[in-house]
Amino acid sequence: MATTRTGFLDNLGKIYGIYTGGFIGFVIVLAILEQVGVPDVVIGYLFMGLTILVYALIGYLSRTAQLSEYYVAGRVVPAFYNGMATGSDWMSAASFISMAGSLYVLGYDGLAYVLGWTGGYVLVAILLAPYLRKFGQYTVPDFLGARYGGNFARFIGVLVLLAASFTYVVAQVFGVGLIASRFLGLSFEIAVFVGLVGILVCSMLGGMRAVTWTQVAQYIILIIAYLIPVVLLSTKKYGVPIPELMYGQALQDIAQREQELGITQAHSAAFVNAKGEFDGAAMLNYFALIFCLMVGTASLPHILMRYFTTPNVKQARQSVGWSLFFIFLLYFTAPSYAAFAKLEVYTNVIGQQIEQLPAWVALWGKQGVDLVGACDAANAAELFKLCTGVVGNGDGILQLAEFKIDRDAIVLATPEIAGLPYVIAGLVAAGGLAAALSTADGLLLAIANALSHDVYYRMIDPKADTKHRLVVARVLLVLVAIAAAALAGTRPSAIVEMVAWAFSIAAAGLFAALVMGIWWKRTTSAGACLGMLAGFGICLFYLIMTRYAPQTFIYWFGSADTIKGLEDLIAKAGEAKAALAAAGAAATAEIKAAAAAADTAVQKYALAKANWWGIKNISSAIFGIPLAFLVTWIVSLVTPAPSKQMQDFIDSVRVPRGSVALAPGQAAVE
Amino acid sequence: MAAPQISQERAAAYWHKTRSLMWICLAIWIFFSFVIHLFARELNAIEIIGFPLGFYFAAQGSLIAFVVLIFWFASRQNQIDEEFDVHEE
Repeated sequence: MATTRTGFLDNLGKIYGIYTGGFIGFVIVLAILEQVGVPDVVIGYLFMGLTILVYALIGYLSRTAQLSEYYVAGRVVPAFYNGMATGSDWMSAASFISMAGSLYVLGYDGLAYVLGWTGGYVLVAILLAPYLRKFGQYTVPDFLGARYGGNFARFIGVLVLLAASFTYVVAQVFGVGLIASRFLGLSFEIAVFVGLVGILVCSMLGGMRAVTWTQVAQYIILIIAYLIPVVLLSTKKYGVPIPELMYGQALQDIAQREQELGITQAHSAAFVNAKGEFDGAAMLNYFALIFCLMVGTASLPHILMRYFTTPNVKQARQSVGWSLFFIFLLYFTAPSYAAFAKLEVYTNVIGQQIEQLPAWVALWGKQGVDLVGACDAANAAELFKLCTGVVGNGDGILQLAEFKIDRDAIVLATPEIAGLPYVIAGLVAAGGLAAALSTADGLLLAIANALSHDVYYRMIDPKADTKHRLVVARVLLVLVAIAAAALAGTRPSAIVEMVAWAFSIAAAGLFAALVMGIWWKRTTSAGACLGMLAGFGICLFYLIMTRYAPQTFIYWFGSADTIKGLEDLIAKAGEAKAALAAAGAAATAEIKAAAAAADTAVQKYALAKANWWGIKNISSAIFGIPLAFLVTWIVSLVTPAPSKQMQDFIDSVRVPRGSVALAPGQAAVE
Repeated sequence: MAAPQISQERAAAYWHKTRSLMWICLAIWIFFSFVIHLFARELNAIEIIGFPLGFYFAAQGSLIAFVVLIFWFASRQNQIDEEFDVHEE
């Protein structure tokens, strides 16, 4: 085993080079098969089946019976490859499929996601990764436990980790199910099960080691799949295969069409409302979101734990650079998808005769697919799900207000917009699947490792032997995966919405304790624990209250005017309800509709007004992060300074050379 | 144990320099994450190969700056490690 592993590590470039060539060859073979008449669904199955098979094979070859292999891939992953693995760990189904769509809808303001999901790596590199690598145990809660005197701090760390990661992993399994059902025609429930198997084959036998090497393989597929359609589109429309440069021209064309169509909220304009006027709240939320996503990036355990796997501190630092480089390749391409799609819609869809719409509109607008809606017909709302609430004027021409498009459609429809063969659509599906699977694996491992290593081994049975610990680790992995799949199978729309919360939760709960633990020796255990609880607590409070109890939130915190507005609406809703009750069985449709509308108005008003200073709840960490720092700082100053041994421990973590001097009572791993 | 090889003063000097580098990087990060986008509306009046400049910075410019910054930080920190002879053998 030792010799084959050395051979493997020495030949990584060759192995993944052959793999990449093989994958491109495979795509070409499928393209030829398509030309000779093999049906689309067979091509879809071949794409999904073969890629999952490859991941399973890597997972099987990476099986291990050693703890350090299982938890941190033996700490042999070179910076470059760890960067790739982090890239696919990071980029989820949402990044791959939905982000370009968000940019399409939001224009400039959507770039908060592009910035927020990249800039955080600067914080990872300069504040955390090298020191966590030097510390060199298995998990992020391990560091909290060692730095803040034991299991209480560790336990809070595990709680925050579970709160941030579990909804996230459910959304990934959901994403796998969606892709598999869309491209293979499976029922959603079966597709989720397929996803579960796909996830487990990558991770169960080999833990972090297997996940690392499959993530590298998945990165290669997802980046090829993301770049090819838009590169071909750019070549076709502008004659240059660099979409990232050419979409500048598309932006200009869009601006021109916007004027012709009378669109006031321009695509490239920053911080504007629907009328095209400057909107201060939009600007505030833009910066709040960037801040929360960036700090969240630097706090998410499934990302931080990737830097435990490099051979040394130096490579951990470089590895963050490679991670961001590989992530950058996708994120700086995403806005070009949005721009090209928008230009296509503004030139070839809006204002066109219904019969002359491009083929992709019908293809993605089919019933059951429901990603595009051309709502010209007066009864369009009955024909297309997406047209709900739209009344078409039936003039045979598609007006702007009559066109609806789902965010997911932007990336998925680009192959057809570019007039490419089906094999490219299959490639996109394989890429989306790789993105969802790789993120799910990383998250699943972070959750299961926290439970098996931090809760079971550290807190329940510290005397357990290696074999026993590996069994527990695997059983928990399977259980968490099944729980995630079971929840995903119920199509929980609330969960998908909650994913965006993960960043704020992790940022508010963990960032201050991690950063101050390394950078301020005076930080005490009491300070850090209370800081974590305060940040996590205020963040959860804001998220849950503003989303699920907005009326109570307004009564507690709203201005007199806001409360009066709410009470007026509630009174109106009460009247409408009374009218409904008085009419009894004789209630007309009009009375019923009025009662329902009054209720909706209350809900809508409450959700819009329940906030502090207009901050949307996706950015709730804007309150949690400063509070966590403040509480940690103040409590640390009023509690006795950490012991000499603890200070020695911090010193040893700060310097790359030498061993880590653990404080008394703190155990090393293994 | 390598700890005794590094004297207290050397460790303190090393950490001082490391901390300065951290603050420099943090300042650059703040500039490209927030400060420059405060002027997005004004920058959008300028156009470069079709891109309004404010849009360009949010979509590409800052991202490139982040990638370069991390690699620069890694090599600079590495130099500091070697200067104080605390790098890994």
